[in-house]
Amino acid sequence: MSEIPILSILIFIPVVGIFFMLLIRNNDDQSSQNLKHTALWIAFLNFIISLSLLFSFDLNDPDFQFVEKYAWIESGISYHLGIDGVSILFVILTTMLVPICILASYESIKFSVKEYLISFLALETFMIGVFCSLDLVLFYLFFEGGLIPMFLIIGIWGGERRVYSTFKFFLYTLAGSVFMLLAIIYIFISTGTTDVETLLMYNFTTNEQLILWIAFFTSFMVKIPMWPFHTWLPDAHVEAPTAGSVILAGVLLKMAGYGFIRFSIGFFPDASEFFAPFIFSLSVIAIIVTSLIALVQEDMKKLIAYSSVAHMGFVTLGIFTFTVQGIEGGIIQMISHGIVSAALFLCVGVVYDRLHTREIARYGGLVSKMPFYSFSFMIFILASLGLPGTSGFVGEFLVLLSIFSINTYFAIFATTGVVLAATYSLWLYRRIIFGALIKDDLSEMFDLTRREIIIFLPLIILTIFIGLYPKPIINIIEPSTEKIVNQIKMKLD
Amino acid sequence: MQSLVYILPELFLFIVATVLLVTGLFLKNIKLINLLAIFSLLVTVILILNQPFQSAFLNSFVVDEFSLVLKVTILIGSIASLIMFVSSKDDLNINIYEFPILIIFSTIGMMVMVSANDLLAMFIGLELQSLSLYVLAALNRNSLLSSEAGIKYFILGALSSGLLLFGISYIYGFSGNTNFNLIAVNINPESLGLIIGIVFVLAGLAFKVSAVPFHMWTPDVYQGAPTPITGFFALAPKIAAMGLLVRFLFNSFGEIYIDWQQIIFFISIASMMLAAFAAIAQTNLKRLMAYSSIGHIGYALIGVACFTDEGLRSLLIYLMIYLIMNIAVFAFLLSLKRNDGYFENISDLSGMHKNHPLRTMLIALIMFSLAGIPPLAGFFGKFYIFVAAIESEMLFLAIIGVVASVISAFYYLRIVKIMYFDEPKEEFDGSSIKSLNLLYYPSSILIIIFFIYPSPVINISEYAIQSII
Repeated sequence: MSEIPILSILIFIPVVGIFFMLLIRNNDDQSSQNLKHTALWIAFLNFIISLSLLFSFDLNDPDFQFVEKYAWIESGISYHLGIDGVSILFVILTTMLVPICILASYESIKFSVKEYLISFLALETFMIGVFCSLDLVLFYLFFEGGLIPMFLIIGIWGGERRVYSTFKFFLYTLAGSVFMLLAIIYIFISTGTTDVETLLMYNFTTNEQLILWIAFFTSFMVKIPMWPFHTWLPDAHVEAPTAGSVILAGVLLKMAGYGFIRFSIGFFPDASEFFAPFIFSLSVIAIIVTSLIALVQEDMKKLIAYSSVAHMGFVTLGIFTFTVQGIEGGIIQMISHGIVSAALFLCVGVVYDRLHTREIARYGGLVSKMPFYSFSFMIFILASLGLPGTSGFVGEFLVLLSIFSINTYFAIFATTGVVLAATYSLWLYRRIIFGALIKDDLSEMFDLTRREIIIFLPLIILTIFIGLYPKPIINIIEPSTEKIVNQIKMKLD
Repeated sequence: MQSLVYILPELFLFIVATVLLVTGLFLKNIKLINLLAIFSLLVTVILILNQPFQSAFLNSFVVDEFSLVLKVTILIGSIASLIMFVSSKDDLNINIYEFPILIIFSTIGMMVMVSANDLLAMFIGLELQSLSLYVLAALNRNSLLSSEAGIKYFILGALSSGLLLFGISYIYGFSGNTNFNLIAVNINPESLGLIIGIVFVLAGLAFKVSAVPFHMWTPDVYQGAPTPITGFFALAPKIAAMGLLVRFLFNSFGEIYIDWQQIIFFISIASMMLAAFAAIAQTNLKRLMAYSSIGHIGYALIGVACFTDEGLRSLLIYLMIYLIMNIAVFAFLLSLKRNDGYFENISDLSGMHKNHPLRTMLIALIMFSLAGIPPLAGFFGKFYIFVAAIESEMLFLAIIGVVASVISAFYYLRIVKIMYFDEPKEEFDGSSIKSLNLLYYPSSILIIIFFIYPSPVINISEYAIQSII
């Protein structure tokens, strides 16, 4: 199995797909339907291939697997791919969400279907590339390249203020990332390589670490996003089409969390330890402040967007504890958030497609008209607030456990975030689903179609499965996480 | 006599140009003359590739790896602008057979520039190049803007040539030599006169590469000149002037690099920042491209300011990628027209993706490439520039560079925004011109797939710099 360059195949199948799509005409409804089917099959094929990763993945091996390495730009910068327990789940999350996104766009995307699907497939290439690359320049290439399709997805198919939002998204992220580029170049010059495996063994001096850490941090902080640099996220989410929001919350934010685990704490343990209290403070502020902001939102998507910022606060809290539990918790929280928030945005999309408004006040009493919808929405709301038995609980619990062992105060404040999350989530649910169905236009609402059930079913199953039986997930993550933690400990001593 | 053999490519082009000039009088077929010109430029490429590395005319004209690479790059630029001319001459109503001939003369001038190893050879090359360009800018006699561009360019250009000549006389006076190598041998680091000379020569050269604060002519000339000629301005002369700048500074004043480094440092920062801000307000596409080229020259100058082989390598990589991107941009500009002619305003592009999805997608990608977004070619140009800057500990330049690139991303994105997000206007003339396809498809594909196999460009640059350092 190791002879097949399976990661490259995963990365480049969407590209091949794009070439196919370019050849298909797009001038009537029939052909745009064909385009959607083609894109769906390509994305689904990629998902199946990525599942084969799971079967041939060696659970006991903490090192990088499926490694591919070819000479690329020059000595020191190579085309180096590989995944370990930390990244494999993100790859599968990506390949799983993209077909769902395409399926979710079947009805809502009315014009320029071809460009839309091409953008999505290109985005998939970049996202998989980010999680697979073991070379900093390659990583940067994929990390930034994703901006181009996302810029177009928000800008062309977005809502009313799409231009403002997409510019804000693009320039914010670009401005954050260019400093990471300078840091990568500095690393390349001072060590002669940008190979991640080599660099993980390399010891930077403390001063170098501080500067480089800040440069990487600016990029990841904007992307994840951390308070106070989160303001692009609600705008981008609100204006993006449903599938755009799904992929933004589901995968793009995770690229930064992954970057924190792989690079920030892997390369610069001293600096990470130095800045850990700073990160904790920002995360706790983010958890509390954005939860409070979420409480007063009148737009559903905005509410979920702010809750994303709060959830990402837990992720950063967990990662910077440098404990196995904390990092595992962070990863599981990211995976769970990738599923749950994606699903929540899909839920918003379902009612938006019917009523064309995201204003919470316009809804109410949907339970009588849309029982299946209410049921799935409930599962995801409960997962989002971290109810035991759902995927949201596992991650949050591990993170809180690890932060408790480090610092009680941060733990107490973070826990209030959990309470607030319950408040805004349940209140949102109550306002939309319960109450009497008094608004006239709501009487026209119909329940989930077959297509929508197909979209929600895997997400519901995963949410509950991870919540009830997280063992397989933890088995995958654990060896690599332990290795990372041991390496940090070794470097710190 | 031996020396004449060493300048064979230039000589060949000169003879071709003269012959074409005479035949053009009798042969009223512009297309044929243009084809002959393209063909002779191709022959010149072959001649250059087979030339032995020698120096001619008492070492005032050198043929080495550096000049070889730059000459081929320049010739590619000239050929591209001749192809643009063929495709647009009827629409622009400039049926003047001198066009290809002037391009050839200008090309000869540029070839002399990149080979010049002597102040006099440098001046001759520069003037031959500039005089042809002045005429080219004013070529569209019926257009007020074009004439204005020509006059403006001529007056300012003459002024800069004056400054250059003044500087040359200082350098000659204080070093006693005009040959770059001899200047380097007899240099007196303490001499203030020499520094004054360098400053004046740099001012003249900065004018030619249109670096801030000598950039004022660029937007007007870009806007006024017919588009194929604007394309030519953006492609070849900048590369030639850059080559000349490098040889002049590195060969003769390498020893006192501390003195000129700060000048380059300043004009590089000024060019990047001014272009990034000024371009935001532009509504005319060609003016916008003018500011964009000023900005790109700013980045390229970082490579010069480093004064390392890494810097020089990054400069050459940048120039080659810049050439490819500009060929693509101008070929696209010429391919977009609506019944009453080419359009100039950015707003004319509005919503074009509805009717021309493929072309819009390629233009958008080129814009992203110009902005330096990975994985497109433009990113690699900037990447190497920053590598060079950080390696020679010019972190400040690198930081200004990335900040400027974020700001300039805004105006490139604005074009994408207008093409994709705005309401469509009427359709363009659908027929795409065959000869332009020859330019923009290969160049945009090169831009897109550059990241897969960037080694050739890097190897060529490494090959080129070995004769300088």
